[in-house]
Amino acid sequence: MAAGNAGALRGAAERWLFGARAVETAPIHLGQRRIYVLPTAAGWVFALVLLVMLIASINYSLSLGYALTFLLGGVALASTVHAARNLLDLTIRPGRGEAVFCGEDAVFRLLIDNPRAARRPALALRAHGRETVFELAAGDGAEIALACPTARRGEFAIGRTVLETRWPLGLARAWSVFTPATTCLVYPAPEADPPPLPVDRAADGTRLRSGGEGDEDFSGLRRFRDADSLRHVAWKVVARGGPLLTKQFTGLVGADLLLDSAALPPSLDLEAKLSRLAAWLLAAERSGCRYALVLGGTTIAPGRGELHLHRCLRQLALFRNVPSGTRDA
Amino acid sequence: MLDAVAARLPRGRPAASVLPPALDRDQGLWLLGAAALTLLPHLAWLPLWTSALCGALLAWRALLLIEQRHPPWSLLVLALGVAAAAGVRYSFGHFFGKDPGIALLAILLCLKLLETDSARDIRAGVFLCFFLQLAVFLGDQSLPVAALALCATLVSVTALNALADRTADNRERLRVSALLLAHALPFMLVIFVLFPRLPGPLWGLPADAYSGLTGLSETMSPGSISNLGESGAIAFRAEFDGTPPPPAQRYWRGPVLTAFDGRTWRAGRALESSSPFYSPSGPRLDYRLTLEPHNRRWLLALDFPAAGLQGVLHASDYQALSSQPIRTRSRFQLAAQPHTAVGIDERRQALAAALALPAGYNPRTVALGAELATGAVSDEAVLQRALARLRSAGLVYTLRPPALGRHTVDAFLFDTRRGFCEHFSAAFTVLMRAAGVPARVVTGYQGGEINPIDGTMVVRQSDAHAWTEVWLTGRGWVRVDPTALAAPGRIESGIAAALPEGEVRPLMMRAGLDWLRTVRHRWEAASNAWNQWVIGYNSSIQRDLLGRLGLDRTDWVTLGGAIGVAFALLLGALLLWAGRQQRRGDRLSRSWALFGKRLAHKGLARESWEGPLDYGERVAAALPEQADALREIARTYARLRYGPEADVAAAHRLHHKIRKLRLP
Repeated sequence: MAAGNAGALRGAAERWLFGARAVETAPIHLGQRRIYVLPTAAGWVFALVLLVMLIASINYSLSLGYALTFLLGGVALASTVHAARNLLDLTIRPGRGEAVFCGEDAVFRLLIDNPRAARRPALALRAHGRETVFELAAGDGAEIALACPTARRGEFAIGRTVLETRWPLGLARAWSVFTPATTCLVYPAPEADPPPLPVDRAADGTRLRSGGEGDEDFSGLRRFRDADSLRHVAWKVVARGGPLLTKQFTGLVGADLLLDSAALPPSLDLEAKLSRLAAWLLAAERSGCRYALVLGGTTIAPGRGELHLHRCLRQLALFRNVPSGTRDA
Repeated sequence: MLDAVAARLPRGRPAASVLPPALDRDQGLWLLGAAALTLLPHLAWLPLWTSALCGALLAWRALLLIEQRHPPWSLLVLALGVAAAAGVRYSFGHFFGKDPGIALLAILLCLKLLETDSARDIRAGVFLCFFLQLAVFLGDQSLPVAALALCATLVSVTALNALADRTADNRERLRVSALLLAHALPFMLVIFVLFPRLPGPLWGLPADAYSGLTGLSETMSPGSISNLGESGAIAFRAEFDGTPPPPAQRYWRGPVLTAFDGRTWRAGRALESSSPFYSPSGPRLDYRLTLEPHNRRWLLALDFPAAGLQGVLHASDYQALSSQPIRTRSRFQLAAQPHTAVGIDERRQALAAALALPAGYNPRTVALGAELATGAVSDEAVLQRALARLRSAGLVYTLRPPALGRHTVDAFLFDTRRGFCEHFSAAFTVLMRAAGVPARVVTGYQGGEINPIDGTMVVRQSDAHAWTEVWLTGRGWVRVDPTALAAPGRIESGIAAALPEGEVRPLMMRAGLDWLRTVRHRWEAASNAWNQWVIGYNSSIQRDLLGRLGLDRTDWVTLGGAIGVAFALLLGALLLWAGRQQRRGDRLSRSWALFGKRLAHKGLARESWEGPLDYGERVAAALPEQADALREIARTYARLRYGPEADVAAAHRLHHKIRKLRLP
């Protein structure tokens, strides 16, 4: 409880100090008021060095010692202004975030534009404890991707984001805090070793003769996975310099498959059920048959293809996050 | 997005973080350059083995860097460090003090650079470089050393920049560092002028802090002054307000030596007071004396110091003293009244001390003294007889006198007859004492050369001199310079003229090197200005300067406030610079917005998704009679906006063109 209070207090202090505001959808312009500068650890050590140099100069009455000490002090001071200027007038626009499975890294994308005709070196973008180091060319913009680990399904916002630089000397750190409207959908992690597809439950009540991957008909290519047999690697593609892909074969396209959360064993908790459904959705998509999803009170009509798969996965990701989501599966 | 997810179907996590790549070659070379430039001026003071070790370590590091190999085993580096520390202990005999400290720091720097690849340690290495750049000034604060240190600072700052900015090219790194130094310069000047100067050290300095300072000593024995004779080093400078005194009056008084033990002359005991032990009279010469540090209290003032001088103590032997040893180059406002009569009522003990001779030394001189004294009506008559006698003795003035035996004065006067000023003054003093006339040796400097560039009189170590003072009833202490008997030119034109033909002269004293002397004059005038205003900037000069700027008080609070105000102004200017760069770009945006606005009146407003070139084509198609101008504007804008170089003039021309654009 106390820790929670302290955290809340710190958050409030940060909001007050650094003006971390609500989510900003408009392009974020980094003006002088939004940029903060403080010495880095190396900067404090440097200050200590300067102090010792000053004492030595006083003790030995070294005029040039004073001059050198003050010159270096001036350099450190000027470097703080240069650091702040390295961020000044950058514009940040939220970019697209790609959906990922829980446990993978969510990749947030921000469009950062440098209107100045000078390069912006050694910039770092930081959120959720991850960091991307980049630089912008003169008068150029770039899409910066930041990969953050995911731990929960649902809508994952980039949240409080820090753009910082330690340029030019590493003695001072200039940074700005903002919350761009960039989010990333996190699907439940597919169960690692799911039971076979529930072939006995077809959407129209008929039994499927066969499901899942077969080995008769070539149905497409997908990215190679460690467990795949080398026999199924599409070597021709590799020979052309393409990626490592696995040839997929289906057994038979059967009737529509119904994936119903209510049919899962009640011993599984909600997240485990969602994980299993996610794994089944992927398996069903691979198998090439049409599949429907029933989740709580929502039903998604049978279909197939990437779009359908994502609609279903999205339902899983946001389940119970919808206001009406009080039912148990 | 769809294929992205499909591609991500297999689960897996990319490597969370990549290890920071090792020091790249350019970064490392900047660092090595900084270390090498920093250590370069130290070579003059470091023991040879330390310089060699540092050079070898840096070369080794450079080799590793060029071949992109990893630093050696850290235990080996540690062993090297321990061995080097033992070497320092052996060379210097101790660890504490300036010289062993610098040697240790230098070795530590080289070992640190050798041992590590991490940015943090490298940064520590650069900080160590800054320390060593400061340490150079303990030995030498001259202009060339300062210039070298500035280069080392620039390279060190560039090394820091290279650590922070891995992708820039070296020219860009150097440009950024030079810009930082340029921005730092006003701050440095302001604090340098305003920072309160404390006289004297904060605590006791190591015993060797002032080793290597040359100058007169408190004793005189044969050879002690002729050692200085070949040194062209500057002892002090004097700037006279009026006409400088003629050469025959340029006697700068140092220690007065009364006690003689047969070989060595030592200073007698003298009283000190804030007012002179005589009544100054006669014409007065005002001058400023800038003393090189010699770690003694004496000021080497021109005979005889006037009354009421700031910070000057008067000794009963008429020496002017400072209250503290002169350990930094110091300036004094002095005045002399050369025609003052001194010591008319000298104390009895002082006279007795000025007659004492050690028993059993120089019997022939003592006999000569007694012979001169017999039948003389006054001490003055004895003096004249002695001078006449010496004049006819055929004594030769030389920088290389032969060795003398136990009876130094006898040997000089009767056997070798060749000597330097200390031989002349010692012999004459002994002779006068033997004749019953109180006499003593005065050491100091005689002469001085006017630098035609800035008009200051420069007195060098080679002008060190010794003469005699005899005490005559009714006239007090009278200066007698026996050297003048053998070498009158010594007094009028300096040592070079006084030496006999064929004797090797110090380089600068040789004839025919006039151009070299001119160069030296110019260089010394520049050094003098540097010394006066930069190196010698102390609390009194600070008070003068700030008083002239209207800042009457120089306490910490006033100066702190002044520093604060100046800082705020400079920082404001710097921030203005930081923001101003931006407005140039904004001007371009404003021009472009104006272009869009003017065309919007014709129903050709720019769509938000439209790039400049597309927009240019569209409006050119819509307004065919202006097509070329419109296209040109759009192209210029695109080039200025997205091109790599900021072209302020072109942006200005573009704005003008948009304003003057004629639309139907």
